[in-house]
Parts: sequence; structure tokens; C-alpha cells
Amino acid sequence: MTITQTKTKTAAADERVGKRSPFQKLLGRPEIGALVGAIVLFVFFALVSPTFTQPNAFATVLYGSSTIGIMAVGVSLLMIGGEFDLSAGVAVISSALTASLFSWYFTTNVWVGVGLALVVSLSIGFINGWILMKTKLPSFIVTLATFLMLTGLNLGLTRLIGGGVSSPSISTMDGFASARAVFASSVNIGGVEVKITVFIWFALVAVATWLLMRTRVGNWIFAVGGDANAARAVGVPVKATKIGLFMAVGFCAWILGMHNLFAFDAVQSGEGVGNEFLYIIAAVIGGCLLTGGYGSAIGGAIGAFIFGMANKGIVYAQWNPDWFKFFLGLMLLLATIVNLIVKRRAELK
Amino acid sequence: MNANEINQQTLLQNETDPLTHTAVHLLSMEGIGKHYGNIIALSDVTMAVDNGRVTCVLGDNGAGKSTLIKIIAGLHQHDAGVLKVMGEDRKFSSPRDALDVGIATVYQDLAVVPLMPIWRNFFLGSELTSGFGPFKSMDVEKMKDITLKELAAMGIDLRDVDQPIGQLSGGERQCVAIARAVYFGAKVLILDEPTAALGVKQSGVVLRYILQARDRGLGVVFITHNPHHAFPVGDRFLLLKRGKSIGYYDKKDITLDELTAQMAGGAELAELAHELEQLGGHSDVVKEVQGEVAGVTQTTGRTYE
Repeated sequence: MTITQTKTKTAAADERVGKRSPFQKLLGRPEIGALVGAIVLFVFFALVSPTFTQPNAFATVLYGSSTIGIMAVGVSLLMIGGEFDLSAGVAVISSALTASLFSWYFTTNVWVGVGLALVVSLSIGFINGWILMKTKLPSFIVTLATFLMLTGLNLGLTRLIGGGVSSPSISTMDGFASARAVFASSVNIGGVEVKITVFIWFALVAVATWLLMRTRVGNWIFAVGGDANAARAVGVPVKATKIGLFMAVGFCAWILGMHNLFAFDAVQSGEGVGNEFLYIIAAVIGGCLLTGGYGSAIGGAIGAFIFGMANKGIVYAQWNPDWFKFFLGLMLLLATIVNLIVKRRAELK
Repeated sequence: MNANEINQQTLLQNETDPLTHTAVHLLSMEGIGKHYGNIIALSDVTMAVDNGRVTCVLGDNGAGKSTLIKIIAGLHQHDAGVLKVMGEDRKFSSPRDALDVGIATVYQDLAVVPLMPIWRNFFLGSELTSGFGPFKSMDVEKMKDITLKELAAMGIDLRDVDQPIGQLSGGERQCVAIARAVYFGAKVLILDEPTAALGVKQSGVVLRYILQARDRGLGVVFITHNPHHAFPVGDRFLLLKRGKSIGYYDKKDITLDELTAQMAGGAELAELAHELEQLGGHSDVVKEVQGEVAGVTQTTGRTYE
């Protein structure tokens, strides 16, 4: 029997490891396509519009990016975990309306409403995930249903409680000033007013990245998105992981909802419809696979930044904003194609 | 052939096994039976698994191989016979039960996530962590080190534990799954058709890893329908057919030709020759098949009913 004569090589110094240069490793990252796209777009707008590179304008771009980016963090994680959330857009408004209407109707301190909104947002996420796990239906269907229900609830309850399409103003209520300071203030950095949401966004991206790369929960998120059956077979709590991801989206919706509420003092009950696609687009541009199991939080952030640049850049370039959606679609197409090409190239090497 | 005749003593007659000092089998089955409703999937199957020994379970599709491993792996419970682990009567109620006594199963689909790096797959579900409370993070360096070391110990010449496991060949993936089971404390390793979807060379690689696992002192149950894969690595052979044991041999009592003949089923070949004869013509083909039947009966020294 000759096959028993195997040599145990020490794998530590394998001559084949060195062949992948740092550059090729970089090409293998999920967000590289988006990064290239972001740089191209930045240079483009910088050339077209001189004001685009001004610190103030850049702060505005960052702010626009952050309002998508905060949600894109949760949506990216969820997408890596192999699921969609179509209710994410209106869930933001639901959260804001909960805080606003509850505080106004019971004339409590707004912080009570803020706390309740957090509970409601997490519950929406939990219910989404729980129904999905119980029924094993596609998340597309389940969250489409919750999207429609939330849209109806937002309009119906706002009219029932507040008597209009917009929630009543809560600017004079207790705690409004402090809540605004937390969720909708600006920080002055070298004479440039930077909205607090930018910092919240960065913080969320950092936490999500750490979670994905360095914790066992991150390992589970990749696993449930990549192959849920295999994950279950080796003892990964698949249901808890997926429900947790939906709740994370809920948490992000709560933060953005509170910002929307306290940046002004009222919320339009019909808003938010269609935004869920912007979050998904940001995640996809950022290199998250639609089928799950691959992607990064930073990618989603870059996707949101691309969105922010295109959104504000068109204004700074003094073009008609009607063109924005066209650009967004084009960008989505180009970014995903670039992602595909880069990924194939990187895998070949 | 009476299966009960084979015990530790007969096995150890001509060889030395430093790992087994006692006469208890690591895992043994006596007269195991299982039925689903009125369908009898398995009846009166007897086999044993020992430290540092490979027990091969051979059989065609529908022979009851899957039912047998599902009983050992804890997915199903047997309704007749005795399953013993280290001489103790057991009936597993879940895969977790079987895992807890050290029975690990590497299924055909392997339970790996293709897009994830090898080291993440290796530790999936049993990650090493450091730190406290909410700041508990994975000990990535240690996990990578262990993965590399464990795979090297299995003789897997690995390029980079950071590459997605989907980039590995089927054989290599199989080996990572085996190494994972070994590392997480398996005493009995069940391999469900590990060579079924592999080419000749890849199969050779997997067979080598089976021997590696055996040399590390594990009891291996190797399920296959290929006698050419089973014979070189196996110490005992259990042949299943239509839910029944049609033979249980020690390696010294059987040759590869006999094993192949048993698997091929001499009775079927004889029947085929008969049918061809009745159809008339093709005398050359008939002669060829008859010649083969003669060969089969000769090598096994037995006729089939």
C-alpha cells in the first residue's frame, strides 16, 4: 500500500503564498469596485463644478450620504446574511411617527416617545425576521407585505391621532432641545458645520465592520447568507442570527427616524416610500452579493457616498435634478458590472 | 459467514494495535434493524468500529447505507438490535447526542460555506473568542494558526487559509471537513460517500486522508459503493444489499476480486446471460457474460440463489 506514505509538509512556508501581491488582495475585496467608482465620480464632479470640492459643499455631500449610509449599514449586513428588507424605507417614518405622535398625544417628554420608537423599530425587525423564519417564505414577499402594512399604518394612524397627513409639531415639548442635540445637531470642524449624522454613520460602519470581521456573530452572518443549511449543520443559530439582522435594520431605522423628526419638528406620514431601494442600491454598489454571503459594511458606506455625491453633485454642477434617477440607475449598472469583472479577475489570480 | 464470529481477538491475531488494549469495540452494532412504516430499510446488521481501524460499508443505491449512518449519527433511531459505544448501550435521540460521545459525520454536502475563507469554515459554529461581554472578539490569528496546523497534520498542503473554501477542489474540501471533525474531538468519523463525486486522482487524495485519520487513532466508518476505493484502506467490510447484510469480512478473509464480485452481484450477471440466450443470437456476447459468471463463481467459491 503505497498511499500511506504521505509526507506531512509544514504549510507555514509555502512558496505559493507569496504570489498574491497586496494589490491583488485589495482587488479581491468586495468594496473595491465601489471605491474605484467613487473616486471616478469625485474627480468628475470636481472637474465639472468648482464648488464641489469646497469644504462646506463636501460637508453637505457627506450629510446626504449619511442619511442613506446609516440605513445602508443595517441593510448591507442583512444582505450579507442573505435577506432583503423592503420595509426599511417606511420603517424609518414609522419610527419617527411613533415618537412624535406618542409624545404629542400623551404630552410626555419626547424622550419617552424616542424610547418607545426604539422598541417599535426593533419589534418591526423582529416580526419581519420571525415571520420569515416561521414561514420560510422569501424575504421579498414577507417584507413587501410589512412595507405595505406600514405604509398604510403610517397614513391611517397619523390621521386618526394627529388629524392630518403630517404629524403635529412637537418643537415646544419637553426634551425636544436635548433630543435635537443628540439626533440632529451639527459639529463645527474648522469652520465647517458637519451634521452629527455623519459621525453616527461612521461609528455604525466601524461597529458593523468589527462585527463582521472580528466576532463570531460576523462569522455566523456570512455563514447564514452563504449556506444556511451548512451553517445549521455545524451548530450556527441560523434563526437567531437572521432575526437579529432584521432587528439591526430596525435599529438603524430608529436612528434615521429620530434624525428626520428632530431635524424639523414634524414628519410627513407618506414619506419613505421608495427609499428602501436606495439602501439596497447602496449595498449592492458597495459589493454586497444579492444572493448573500459576501460583502462588507464599508462597501455599503461607499455606495451611500456615491449616492450622496451624485445627488448633490448634480445640484452643484447646476444641472436639472430631474436627471438624478437616470444617473443613479446608470451607476448601479456600472458598479455591479465593475464588481463582477473585478471579482472574476481577482479570483483567477 | 457469521458476522458475530469477528471480534477483537480475530482481528488482532496477525497484527498489533497499540491503541486498543481491551476487547471492547469503540462502536458496535448487533442485529440492528430499522423500518419506516411498513418498509423495512435495514434488518439484522452487525458491524464494529475500532480505534485506528477503517470499517467500510459497501452497497449499491438503496442498500441501506444511508439508513445505517443516520442511525449512528443520531438522525434516526434503530428499532431492533443493540448499538454500543465503548461497550455501553446507546440510542441517540439527536445528532448532538452522537457528537457528544465523539461521533462526527462528514456528509456528502460537507456542510461548508463556499464563499467563506477556509479558517472561518473550519471554526464555524465553534469559534474561538477572547475578551469579555459585548467586546468578545474572535481570536483570528490563533484560529488561522490552528487551521493551518491541523490541515498540515492531515497532510493537506494548503496555500492560504484566507482563500474561500469554494476555490478548493472537491477532495481538498472533503479533507477540510474531515480535519474539522478530527480537531473538534471526534473518536468515530463517519464518511458518507466521500469519493462519490470525485475523479480518480481526487479520490486517491481523500483515501489518503482517511488513512491519516486512522493513523491518528480514530475509528473510521467509510461508506462507499466502490470496492476499489474501499479495499485499499479498509480493515473490515460490511456489504449491504436491499437492507440486509450479505457479508461481513475481515480484510485477511477476502480479496479485492471477491469483494468486487460480491458487489457486482453474480446472480444478476447469470440472469442477464440467461435472458440474452433466450433472445437468441449474439452468441459472442452470451459467451462473454457466461465467462464472467464463471469467473465470479470461481473467485467467491460460492453460488448465488
